[in-house]
Order: sequence, then C-alpha cells, then structure tokens
Amino acid sequence: MRNHVWRPLYLVIGVIALLLLVRTLVVPEDFGSHESGYMYGWHRKGNEAEWRQVAVKYRTTAYCKDCHSEKYDSIRNSPHGIIPCEDCHGPGMAHPDDPAKLPIDRSRQLCLRCHAQLPSPSSGRDAIRGIDPTGHNPGTECSLCPPPHHPSVSEMQ
Amino acid sequence: MMKRREFLKHAITVVAGLSLPLAAFRIVNPERLFAGQEDLRWIFLVDTHKCVGCGFCVSACKIENEIPYDANVTRTWVERYLVTRDGRTFADTPKGARDGFTDRRIDLGEGQFKEIKDEEIEKAFFVPKLCNQCENPPCVQVCPVGATYRVPDGVVLVDRKWCIGCGYCIMGCPYGVRFFHPVHRVAEKCNFCYHRITKGMKAACVDACPFGARQIGNARDPNDPVTKTVLTGRVGVLKDEYGTKPQVYYLGLSKEVR
Repeated sequence: MRNHVWRPLYLVIGVIALLLLVRTLVVPEDFGSHESGYMYGWHRKGNEAEWRQVAVKYRTTAYCKDCHSEKYDSIRNSPHGIIPCEDCHGPGMAHPDDPAKLPIDRSRQLCLRCHAQLPSPSSGRDAIRGIDPTGHNPGTECSLCPPPHHPSVSEMQ
Repeated sequence: MMKRREFLKHAITVVAGLSLPLAAFRIVNPERLFAGQEDLRWIFLVDTHKCVGCGFCVSACKIENEIPYDANVTRTWVERYLVTRDGRTFADTPKGARDGFTDRRIDLGEGQFKEIKDEEIEKAFFVPKLCNQCENPPCVQVCPVGATYRVPDGVVLVDRKWCIGCGYCIMGCPYGVRFFHPVHRVAEKCNFCYHRITKGMKAACVDACPFGARQIGNARDPNDPVTKTVLTGRVGVLKDEYGTKPQVYYLGLSKEVR
C-alpha cells in the first residue's frame, strides 16, 4: 500500500481530521442553526441570554411614581404631564441607591428640543408654542420664567 | 460473483447516500421550515404625525444601550424632511437628532446650512428610523460566521463575541441601521432593547417619547393595539420593493421618505 497514490490520500485525510479536531475545540457546543432554521438561525445560543442581561437604565415614570407620587400627581394635568420624568431628570438607574441624586437637565437646549420654533406643517411640532432661540432671552435658563412642571403662559403675563 | 447490473445498482445507491449530508435530513423538518415563535413576534409602529423631532428617543437609546454619546453613531435617529413648493426635497438629521431639531436651517453637512423661507415650504415633518427587524434580514444572510441571527420572536441580534467585524452586514442593510461600534469594535444595531422587552418593559425610545409616536407590540396577539393598527390602519413600510419584509410600520409615510 505504500505507493504514490495512497500517500497523498493519507495526507488529505490527516488534514481533514485536523480541521475537524480544531473545529470541535473552537466552535462552542451551543453553536448551531437552532429554531430560526438554516437561513437566519446560525448562532451561539448563549448569546441570547447575554443580551437579556444588559442593565436597564431608564426605569420609566411608573418607577418614579412609587416614591414621588406627589410630584407625579401634580404634573399629570399640566401641559408637560406627557413628558416622561427621565427625559429631564436623566435615567433612574438604581436610584435612590445609585445614584443618590439624579442630575436635572435644566439647559436651554433641552427645552428647545420642542420649543424652538420650526416651520413644520404636516407635523405635530406646529401645535407646540415655539420661540426663536436666538431672539428670545438668549443665554438665559428657561426655567427662570415658566416652572417646568406647571408651565402656563397666562400666569407669566 | 456479482452481476454487472447489480454492481451498478449498489454503486448508485452508495454514491447517492454518500452525497447526502446529514444536514439534508433536518432541513425537511417542517418545524424548521416555518421557523418562528407561535405566540410572539415583535413589531414596531411609528406615527410620523405625532413626531415633533424632540429627539428624546435618540438620547435615551444612546444611554440605555451604551452607545458612546458623542460619537456620530446611533441605533435610532430622527430625520427631518422638508419639501418646497417647487418640488425640491431636503432631509437632515444633525447628530441623528440626539439633541432634537432646534435650528430652522437644513443641515447639509460639513458646516453648510440651507435656509428655506417659510412661504417656500410645502410640507415639513419628522420620521424616526430604527432597525426594521426584517422577516428576511439581508444582514443575517451575508454574515460569514453566524454572528448575527434572528431570534424566533423576530428580533435580529449581533453576537459581540462571535462578530469578526468584517462589515458585510453594515453594507448589506438597505436601511443603513447598522454601524461599527467604536468601543466593542463589532457590528452594532437596534434590537428593540432586547433586555427590556424580554423583561416585560418597552423599548427605551418608546418609553422616552412624550407624544406616543413610537409603539412596540406583538404581531401574534390580535388584541394588541399595535397589531390592530397594523392590520386595519393605513400603514406603510420602508423600501418594500427589497423584499426584506420589514417589521417597523409607519403611519403617515410620505413618498419623499427613503
């Protein structure tokens, strides 16, 4: 059997065996086509759990309400009642443990997100009272005039 | 001695048997052919009439999903469209609208701005964009290593440990929702906040929207308000002609939107 035909064949078999060995060592056991089938399902099953474990940062208004029910009740009927707490107060994370105090974004830029006047017919933006950011008290913090939780133009005048 | 005819018969059987990989027997399994979860398929509904371009969804998404805040990449963004009376269309999304739209001028990029007079404007509106979690995701098909995949509930995920960063999927996505994560150095995309929706919460952008312009729902639940709207409302999808079967539905889509 030791002839020029068989020797390269042994070599090929050897290479294939080596590749299979490396494959079993490198490819994790949970790698496969799983439920989504061959077209879209090839993956490492364990990765699904990894994505589920990402920490939740925004805890939603319902979470804030548990302790700050007074604030919650008072803002609900104001025009700003539709804004989730965390949009201005920042992500709740593990508050009150970490962080103990949430930094409030009082910047002009935050208010301008909705209240910079833009010509936008065919969008809800037109229904919001807007100002010209360059002409309307430039450089001033907005919350000095209308209280953010109870903005009322008639009271200011 | 074996007859010539018999020998040929056996040979054909053996060759045919050898040429069938084991995998072929699994592909005919109907469970795998009609893959998917029977009781859950995440879908998204965007009401462009309600969007005002505040961009709270974008900033919340970036923080929630740990996308470097100042890097010019984002999983979701909001586009402003402006159509003039003489038929020109302008679109911009400065920083993906992370800080909302506060400038009335159109951002043309590279420090260039275009001022358009109020009386010239025919229509102007905002369109939030995010991953469409396609039923036929081209990004998954092109992945050479199996690092991106569709979960039976419809969400397309990226395995950060398995991705080699070749960028095929970024090029393959017709919606341009994929990008290269500057820290993890792998492909990155919106996954409907998979860590939130699997805990019974809503996606961070949905929770951050004051106007209810973004909603997430389950297409397999006929009583789901999102599903009801998708089934009975006048909804559209982006780039339907690509055959990707996108699962983000839009109310009030206009022909200028790409």
